[in-house]
This record gives sequence, structure tokens and C-alpha cells, in this order.
Amino acid sequence: MPDTAPILQLDDVRYRWPGRTPFGLHVPTLTLARSETVLLLGESGSGKSTLLSLICGTIIAQSGSVSVAGHSIASLSAGKRDRFRAEQIGLIFQQFNLLPFASVRDNILLPLQFAPERRSRILNLNAEAKRLCRDLRLPDDVMTAQAGTLSVGQQQRVAAARALIGTPPLIIADEPTSSLDAATQATFLELLFAQSRAHGTTLLMVSHDARLSPQFDRVIHMADIAQNVRDAA
Amino acid sequence: MILRLAFGSLVARALTVGMTILAIALSVALFLGVEKVRTGAKASFADTISGTDLIIGARSGSVQLLLYSVFRIGNATNNMTWESYQDISSRPEIDWIVPISLGDSHRQFRVMGTTPAFFERYKYRSDQSLAVRDGAIMSDIFDTVIGADVATTLGYEVGDPIVVAHGLASFSEHENQPFRISGILEKTGTPVDRTVVVSLEAIEAVHVDWQSGAQIPGQATPADVIRQMDLEPQAVTAALIGVKSRLQVFGLQRSINEYPQEPLLAILPGVALQELWQIVSIAETALIAVSAMVVITALIGMMATIFSSLNERRREMAIFRAMGARPRVVLGLLVLEAALMAAIGAILGLALLYVGLFIGQPLIDSAFGLWLPIEAPTMREVWVLLSVVAASAIVSMVPALRAYRMSVADGMMVKI
Repeated sequence: MPDTAPILQLDDVRYRWPGRTPFGLHVPTLTLARSETVLLLGESGSGKSTLLSLICGTIIAQSGSVSVAGHSIASLSAGKRDRFRAEQIGLIFQQFNLLPFASVRDNILLPLQFAPERRSRILNLNAEAKRLCRDLRLPDDVMTAQAGTLSVGQQQRVAAARALIGTPPLIIADEPTSSLDAATQATFLELLFAQSRAHGTTLLMVSHDARLSPQFDRVIHMADIAQNVRDAA
Repeated sequence: MILRLAFGSLVARALTVGMTILAIALSVALFLGVEKVRTGAKASFADTISGTDLIIGARSGSVQLLLYSVFRIGNATNNMTWESYQDISSRPEIDWIVPISLGDSHRQFRVMGTTPAFFERYKYRSDQSLAVRDGAIMSDIFDTVIGADVATTLGYEVGDPIVVAHGLASFSEHENQPFRISGILEKTGTPVDRTVVVSLEAIEAVHVDWQSGAQIPGQATPADVIRQMDLEPQAVTAALIGVKSRLQVFGLQRSINEYPQEPLLAILPGVALQELWQIVSIAETALIAVSAMVVITALIGMMATIFSSLNERRREMAIFRAMGARPRVVLGLLVLEAALMAAIGAILGLALLYVGLFIGQPLIDSAFGLWLPIEAPTMREVWVLLSVVAASAIVSMVPALRAYRMSVADGMMVKI
């Protein structure tokens, strides 16, 4: 029986950065179903990065609950949260996504160092990394290349392979196409969708580009799900 | 894989990392070099004399007696009479005895009067005997055998005449009694290399026309006449003794030290050397401390390099964190990098030391008479290298803890 519980559930989450700007974020509710592709739109400074940090467990809400794959992030110790993130979430950043001095292979396999369960799902690490590269239309000889020598588009596809390896249930992509030109952007998204659908992965992509909306199952706006709190602390 | 990534990160910052490694390597090479020179000097001193059980001379200090009789450093305050020498040499415990008479010089080199037994009994560096490179040992009263450094420095060959000066750094020469070089010794790495060896009788012969330290005006006894004279010495500076049984050494030493006819001193060369080391130990410690400070300075330089790289590496750390690495993995990575840099620096330093030894060994030997052996690293040196790596790991904890705090604060969202 497939698990039908939502992959991501936020309820009445409140967070205020300690000792910094009088900025806070309040998310009354947010739910993402399994295998769903969701575009989260929001302006700069709307709290997108804070929201992603809350989901990934690098910061903890002062109140409310954040659950990923049915597990409350706040109930885990700091060490277990790191391990949980490695097991459950594949991440793609805007740019400078990879360790530039490391090979493509090492970059792709890096999260498996910290996620033994994800690693155990793969019989042959090299073969799986190669397959993902091939599926993401990277050249055959890319595996041994230094990540820093690749084009930005190729680097983003390597980052996608790294997020997808070991099929984590949730992929979070933080404006992964912002540094790509239009043609490369379209190709990248097409490949990312194909891969996440093939593995039944939930995709939460953050962007401020509303033109991407038609390609997603659902579009949500930061303004609709969250309130920025800017009053004095 | 983590080790490979740490190494890759170092390679990516090759210039600054290379400079840091070079600083560590040079400091390690300096530290080990000082150690080599220190232990080499000790070994060289200890190797200067072997197989001699006792050294006797006029009563002074044991270190002083050792220094002037064996190392030709300093001067004797007094001599021992020939009667005492003969009396002691007739004792049943004594296997062999070699007299030494010092006081004259040739250019910057000391002249030593002795008997042919010296060439047979004097041993150095694990019981090696002296060997004649060219010519032969003295057969005539005016023959001399010179050390290898004397021959090299002054360009002497067998058959060349030399004139001995009265006393040290003196302008009064025994020019009426020139010597002929009968032999040149093989290099030994000991003060013998810098010695002009003549017979005990020759010392008396050159002083035939001298009285109270000055030449008697107008008196010049021909060499042939001198050869016919009775040249038994009146005194000698010191004597090297070998005993028949080692068990008798202490008894003989005590008996000579209590010799009723004349105040004499008998020393065990090894014990006197230990006393010498105790005297120089403060300077030795200071030298080690200075070279250790150089290593510490290099490690602090490494710490500064890691500190300065932290900001540019925040994204790298954020990537690790995003992939699930705990902050302590980030801390461990930096400590690992520092240990890698120190390990490479230590190995490079060791290599530099050996290259330096290969190049410098003959130069140091000829310049200072100090033979630095090229041997596999000792356990002490291995511990020094391991300590450098351990110290680098400890020192790197300072920037690593800062990185730890940064990575906790940054999480995975660094936008530089």
C-alpha cells in the first residue's frame, strides 16, 4: 500500500530570526501531496528562503509544526534532523550548487555519504550516477570531469542528478533556472519533471518567474500561504 | 570519499595551501636539521675517541683535560712529569699507554708529540684505526705525519718541509729544525685531521736550543748532533690508557687521582663527555626551543590561512550541510585538511632535510669536522613528525570551531 499521507505538512508555523531584523514568518497551513509538482512563487524578501530552511530543518519554528513524510522536524535532535534531511530531501540551489573541485561523480554521490538508507536503495552507485547523467542528457564522459569545468546548464543538471539519486521523496529546487538562458531553462525543467515523475518524487520549486506556472500541477504564492511579520520585536 | 574531497579542496587552493605547506616543510626541516646537527655533534664528539679507558693529565677539570687532550680545545694548565708517566705506565693493570705532548703549532694547526703506539692504539668511530693515506709514519726524529685537513688546507704533500712554531699563535719558529712530511693520514672526521703529529723525541729536539720559552741567542745545534742526543722528555701533557680488564678502570682511576708524588687527574672519556653535555645543555635547549618556535609559527600561519579561507568557503560548507552533513562534519573536514597539510609539510620537510644532508654532508665535514650520518629517521624524528601533525589538528580547531558556528548559523542558505 503506497503511503498516502502528505509529504509535507506545515501547521501554524511561526518563526522569527533571533537577534536579527525584526522579520518573522507565519505560515498558517501548507500541504504538499506525494508525487505533486508545486511552484512556489514569491518576491524577494517574502520569506521563501526562511520557509525552505524550516522545511529542511536547519532552523526550527518557534511554534507550530513542520512534518516531512509524516515526521515532525522539531521532534528530531539536531543530528537526526541532518540525517533526516539527507534521507528525505534532494536539494537544488540557484547556482554554485556543486563542489567545483570535486568530480561530477563525487558531487552526485555526496548526499549518500550522509544517507545510508538512500544509499542502500542503489545496487551500483557508479551505474546509477551514470544512468542519471544519461537521463539528464549529460555527456558520457562527464562523470570524471571536475564540476567547476562544466557549463552552468550542465552543472544544474548534475545538481538535479545529485538531488534525485537514491530517490528521496521530496525534491526542493530553489530558483534552479534563474541563471539559465530560456532554451536551457526549458530543457532543464523538462528533464527534471521527467525524472521526478518517473520516480514518483514530489517537486517543490521556488521561483519568482510566474511564466513557469503552466508546467506545474499546482502554483502557490507566498503571499497566500504566509504572512511576513515586520513589527518591532 | 570525504578524504578525497578534503584533498580536492586543498588542491583547488593550491597556491595558498602550497605556501602554507612550504612554510611547514621548511620549519620541520629546520627543526629536524637542528636535531641532526645536535645529535651529529654529540655522536661526532663521542666518536672522536673510542677504546680508550682513561685519560690522565695534570690535575685540572675533567672536561678541560678531555678538551685539550682529545679535541685540542684550550690548553693544559700544567704537565705531568715523565717520572710519573713512567711510574704509572709500569702498573700491572695497564695494557697500553700513549703519551701526548702538546704546546707547539704549525700555522693554525696544533703539533702533537707522541709515540708510534698512537697510530696503533688511537681508535675513533666504533674502533676504527688511523690509516696512512700517503707515505708512512715517522721513521726519523724530524719526520711528521699530518692530518687530512692539514694537507688539504695547506696543500702539503709527502716530502714537503714544514717548520713548527713555538707555542700557539706564535711568531717564534723552530726554523733550525725543519720537519719533513713522511705521511698524510686518511680523513677521520676527528681533531686528528687538524693535527701535525711528531714523535715525542722531536718535541724535545726542537727545544734543544730553547730555554724558559725563548731561543738561546746564537745557539743552533745541528740536526745530526741532535739525533745523537738523549731526548728523553721531562714531561708530557697527557696520556691515553687502555686497561687489561674493564673491572680495573675505577680502581686505577682512584689510584691515579690519589697519586702521592704529583697532583694528577684520571678521567673516563665517556663520563667527561656527559659532563660536557650537561654544560652545553642550556644552549642545546635554547636551540631546540628556537627551532620549535619556528614550527609553531608555521602552524599559526596555517591557522591564519584557514581563517582567511573560511569566508570564501562558506558556500562549500553550506553544500555539505544541505547534503545532510552535520556541523561537526564541517569541523572535522577543516581539521582533516589541516592534518593533511601538516602531514604533507612534514614529509616534504623530511625530504628537504635529506636533500640538505646529501648536499651539505661533505661541506659541513670539511668546514667543521662534523660528520652528519645519513640514516633512516629515528623514532624520535618520527614522533616529531607525528607531533607536528597532531599540533596542526589542535591549532586548526580554532578556525574549525568558527566554521562550525558559521555553518550552524548559515545552514544551507548562503547567498554570497
